[in-house]
Amino acid sequence: MNKIKSLEDLKRIREEALNKRQIKAASGQKEIVVGMGTVGIAAGAREILKAILDYIEEENLEGIVVRQAGNIGLDSWEPVVQVTIGEEPKVTYGKVTTIMISKIMKNHVVGGEVVKEYALEL
Amino acid sequence: MRELALHLLDIAENSISAGAKNIAIRVEEDAETDCLRMSVQDDGMGMDPEMVARVTDPFTTTRTTRKVGLGIPLLKAAAEACNGWLEIQSTPGKGTLVQVEFQRSHIDRMPLGNLADTYLSLVLGAPHVHWLLSYQVNGNVFVFDDEPIKEELDGISLTEPAVISFLRDYIGVGISNIQLEEN
Repeated sequence: MNKIKSLEDLKRIREEALNKRQIKAASGQKEIVVGMGTVGIAAGAREILKAILDYIEEENLEGIVVRQAGNIGLDSWEPVVQVTIGEEPKVTYGKVTTIMISKIMKNHVVGGEVVKEYALEL
Repeated sequence: MRELALHLLDIAENSISAGAKNIAIRVEEDAETDCLRMSVQDDGMGMDPEMVARVTDPFTTTRTTRKVGLGIPLLKAAAEACNGWLEIQSTPGKGTLVQVEFQRSHIDRMPLGNLADTYLSLVLGAPHVHWLLSYQVNGNVFVFDDEPIKEELDGISLTEPAVISFLRDYIGVGISNIQLEEN
């Protein structure tokens, strides 16, 4: 049997996060949305979401909000990922693979440069 | 979809779209009764009987004003092919309960798949929902209620790296312990 973590661990996590909060408030909100309708799930959206979370965890990236959305209306492009950085317009990526995720995370979410070859023109 | 856990994600996604504030998912396996049962209960907007018929069997009902997906009918067919069933109980304005049962040992039964990933995706992806997630095998049960965790975090995003690690471990260990006990 492995030991399950306790809420005490969370207290520490919260305090550390609060200490760092002031720094990131200025950098602008970063939001990543993964389409999780039936088609998205069947096309591998859960693995895409997991790859995004893995990247955030491995690179210890703070201040990024990741969430799911229902059907985005781009069935033939699933899995679909949308990235919004601060006030900049939302960028939609289609037919996303876990390999593409590392590039999108590195260049766009962290570096601020849209990965044009993966972005959909809507 | 070749994993029951992906179907669960799909059903839960419908509950989120229905505006649910509270969603409870249960997965129960029992060797003695040779049964695998999953249920998703929400307090979303619910459906009228006509809509329930349509989401269950889109090709035998005729009304075409609302689009419905094929997730539920495919899961229903998979359950029925394994001596099981799928049932939807819904009340407009109150919520929906989807239940599905399989003969656990049936040769054609889909594997459960990665339940931990499905639970993690839901908790992190839809933080505005109160999730009550459980997994039970032969009487041993893991229950995950995200409310005490959110209270403890008090506004800190669930997708902060340290919180992702915490939740991944918490849910992953909880589910794998239940699976270890069976063997």
